[in-house]
Amino acid sequence: MSESGMVRLTREEIDHAALLEEVRTHQAGAAVLFLGTVREMTNGRQTIALDYDAYPEMAIAKMQSLCDEVLERFPLTGVRVEHRLGRLELGDVSIAVAVSSPHRAAAFDAGRMLIDRLKEEVPIWKKENWADGTTEWVHPGTTESAPPKVGQREDSRS
Amino acid sequence: MNVSVQLFARARDLAGSERVSVDVPDDATVGDVRAALVREYPALEPIASSLLVAVDADYATDSKRLEQGQVVACFPPVSGG
Repeated sequence: MSESGMVRLTREEIDHAALLEEVRTHQAGAAVLFLGTVREMTNGRQTIALDYDAYPEMAIAKMQSLCDEVLERFPLTGVRVEHRLGRLELGDVSIAVAVSSPHRAAAFDAGRMLIDRLKEEVPIWKKENWADGTTEWVHPGTTESAPPKVGQREDSRS
Repeated sequence: MNVSVQLFARARDLAGSERVSVDVPDDATVGDVRAALVREYPALEPIASSLLVAVDADYATDSKRLEQGQVVACFPPVSGG
């Protein structure tokens, strides 16, 4: 759908095994794969599906600049980020982050930084399709429309 | 000048359109556009304080001066991943 260097937006199923292979090299002693998947229960409410939407041009630019940032900060040998858009069912993979490095610490740290920053900065949004038939955009920090319980905001986001 | 603004997620649903336009002074800032948006599309009021603005595909603060032809987008906090 949309692609630039190390990052990709897709409306198809993410081939995370292939993504992981893309970062594996003979210079890497470690390869880390993070998958974000569609969870059924959030704060006691049941989800049927999630709809993901994006501002594609900016999402690609932001994802690429995050990759550039971790490449500068950690001694990595490969980085890939792929996010899926559209309707996702329970258990579907919404995002895959793959990084490789000569040693494991940098691979884990870089992967963690990528997913954490992506969730804060990249213009992609998810809409909950609850089991009771209602729908709700997830917009962290907004007070309107059934705010999550205090202290559970993190749970409602991923 | 007339500024065309792309809306996303809940902002798009509330305004009922994926693209709206507002008239602002030629020396308008991002903050002026944000204020004009909420004034002309009162349905955005519930999320007015959390709306983010991007200019040419990068986040922009309210003090940023807009130039003719720049691409402007407005949306609530992101929730990808």
